Amino acid sequence: MSRLPFYLLVGLLMALGIGTSLHRHIQMEVPWTPGEQRQVWEVEAIVDFTALGNPVRVDLALPTHQRGYRILTENTASPGYGLSFLQDESGRRAQWSIRNATGSQQLYYSVRLQVTEDRRQRQMVRPALREVSWDRPYDTAAAQVIERAWMRSSDPYTFARELIHDFSEDRQGENARLLLTQFERTPLLVRLLNQAGVHAREVSGLVLEDGRRRQTLTSWIMVFHDEENWALFNPRTADQGQPENLLLWEAGGRAVLEVQGGTNSRVTFSMLSRSQPAAAAVRSQLAEDTLLNFSIHSLPLEEQAIFQTILLIPIGALVVVFLRIMVGIKTSGTFMPVLIALAFIQTTLATGLIGFLLIVAVGLVIRNYLSYLNLLLVARVSAVIITVIAIISIFSVLSYRVGLNAGLTITFFPMIILAWTIERMSILWEEEGPKQVLIQGGGSLLTAVLAYLAMNNPWIRHITFNFLGVQLIIMALIMLLGNYTGYRLLELRRFKPVTED
Amino acid sequence: MWAWPSQLSSRGIIGMNRRNIRYIGRYNNRRLYPLVDDKLKTKLLAEKYGITTPALIGTVTTQFEVKHVDEMIAGHDGFVIKPAKGSGGKGILVIERVDGDAFIKPSGARLSLTDLHRHISNILSGLYSLGGTPDVAMIEALINFDEKLSEYTYEGVPDIRVIIFRGYPVMAMMRLSTAASDGKANLHQGAVGVGLDIATGTAVRGVQFDRSRLDHPDTGHELSSLLIPDWSGLLELAAGCYEMTGLGYLGTDMVIDRNLGPMLLELNARPGLAIQMANGEGLRPRLDLVEKQPEGLDVKQRVAFAQRHFARRGVLKNRSEPELAPSSLST
Repeated sequence: MSRLPFYLLVGLLMALGIGTSLHRHIQMEVPWTPGEQRQVWEVEAIVDFTALGNPVRVDLALPTHQRGYRILTENTASPGYGLSFLQDESGRRAQWSIRNATGSQQLYYSVRLQVTEDRRQRQMVRPALREVSWDRPYDTAAAQVIERAWMRSSDPYTFARELIHDFSEDRQGENARLLLTQFERTPLLVRLLNQAGVHAREVSGLVLEDGRRRQTLTSWIMVFHDEENWALFNPRTADQGQPENLLLWEAGGRAVLEVQGGTNSRVTFSMLSRSQPAAAAVRSQLAEDTLLNFSIHSLPLEEQAIFQTILLIPIGALVVVFLRIMVGIKTSGTFMPVLIALAFIQTTLATGLIGFLLIVAVGLVIRNYLSYLNLLLVARVSAVIITVIAIISIFSVLSYRVGLNAGLTITFFPMIILAWTIERMSILWEEEGPKQVLIQGGGSLLTAVLAYLAMNNPWIRHITFNFLGVQLIIMALIMLLGNYTGYRLLELRRFKPVTED
Repeated sequence: MWAWPSQLSSRGIIGMNRRNIRYIGRYNNRRLYPLVDDKLKTKLLAEKYGITTPALIGTVTTQFEVKHVDEMIAGHDGFVIKPAKGSGGKGILVIERVDGDAFIKPSGARLSLTDLHRHISNILSGLYSLGGTPDVAMIEALINFDEKLSEYTYEGVPDIRVIIFRGYPVMAMMRLSTAASDGKANLHQGAVGVGLDIATGTAVRGVQFDRSRLDHPDTGHELSSLLIPDWSGLLELAAGCYEMTGLGYLGTDMVIDRNLGPMLLELNARPGLAIQMANGEGLRPRLDLVEKQPEGLDVKQRVAFAQRHFARRGVLKNRSEPELAPSSLST
């Protein structure tokens, strides 16, 4: 009888569980601990323009997930305007529209971005080379500038660097100065790069600085080495690479803001940096509907709360399995302690313990009387259920009258389970005496308290709720425990006399 | 207070987990459980296989029949009422003798016919059965147990538990009820367990509440003088239960009747581990040895094998068995 398939299955579950958890941690930036702080930027874009009394359409580029930043939430404020979000390969855009508007208009877009450790570069579509034509005498100037930079470079990146150097303040040559009189710096550089056969485009970025207001976008040059690799160049200093605090706002080579039916349009930005608990950041993350990112967080809040409890039950089961197989604790009813522990989560431990002991004690007394009536089993248990409900109601009302609101939580106890517990304890008392009742009742309570402590631990709640892969790991652990043929802890004591001879 | 796992494993003690996975899980087909969980089925099957059991006076299956139970027991001086699906000795009522209208228990307590009716009614409604399922009450003839053994017990009938593994008797103990166990032969309730030598049926060691004991706590009788009459016959009867049920890991509860000899009382598909305590020895080496034996030996051969290999050293000295291979089995 080979155990290989068993270990393969356990290994598979383990690997799958750890894999999906790691994926969620790395890809989705879900932290391992609930208390971890994450830096979050709040950026607000304000679009100002003067409407001319005609239909207006405003088209604003929006940032996307990118290296170092992840979008958590976004909001807009634009009274009276219709709004839609568009997405194509060049990026995301917001489009506001209105039939009739006059005078000064303001549209707001705000986005919350989480700073991430993700250092991978985003895939961009390489722009096609554009046909470049110059008027005289700029054609010769351009050719000479390109020629000079070409000679001193070996690939697209070094060429771009040399070219930008030639346009920087201290090294501006005659040709560069001539070209700058006629053209804007950044479009001019892109034009020259294109002419030299280097794929490049102009992009707009926002330099994030805490507490800054009325900022504008700066332009940057994206130079492509080949189909996939690109680098960002600062057109003013020729520095290569994206600064840590640069958020690419528009990277598709299109205009940041397009306004039809208005004049004097401009967009300004204000920004604020905050730290917030990572768990909160995870919660507000936009749900991405792919299978691997499958998350309970995409459900409505109410269902999320239910799942938070459901996902804890395997932890309780693991505690029970461990205590029974490894320790050898006797409980009355296998998983009764888990249900009691779930009730403890609602009631808190102290009130829960007092409530449980009160209900079971009073229930045992009443059950003792019922046994004199000589009823059939089902009828007797049903009578005990009604008794338990009565006890719970009386205690709730009494504690409310006395002013103990904690007493009201007693209603969270699973009544039918309690009735069966009382019935079992009562039979145990009659047949094996009060000692066994204490052993099994105590074992059940101990198990329930340990399960409660495990299930109520903030870290475990965070892990089970945010990493579904953990459920597979628990499954694998339980299967491994189910395969354990060694001694139970309490057996080491039980069989001790055998070793004494 | 605590033993090291290595101390236990060096003595071959098996724990609950190992028993459940390695023996019960592997050798006991769940399909066969009803044969032993229902004592009525066990009894009928035993009759078919020629294994003696206490005589069946009758069964009560419906509440209606409860009223007519007095006709059934008329003429019997003593009898036992038990639930067919009871476990751990629950719901067993022993009536030692009938005195006019009164039924007298071994403790001397007197019951009326109404008390009997209520007890049977409780059995039928499933009070004592596993999972509370409706049950059948069996009424059996009283066992006239051997006088020689009566001084070792207090009230109740002493029974002999033999573990049968793949048809081989591997370990045995006698369970003597005490005042502490309320006349029941359950070790965890305080009955005395006496380990028995498989070769001879003599006492090896006594325990109560998992601690060593040399005499019976109530009668004060020395346990070491205990000797089971017709020991080989009892082992053969017990070993025959393997063919009867097909269960590889089986606990057989036997009694010895003064007139009828060894009898099968009931079977258990999940026998407990306390027998290791009573014998002061682990089951593991014996089970390992039996696992190496081929299938297909008959009852007598298996019993002979067990008696030869599972004898305790003290007894073994006086026997000369030239073909006996030296083994690490005896402690």
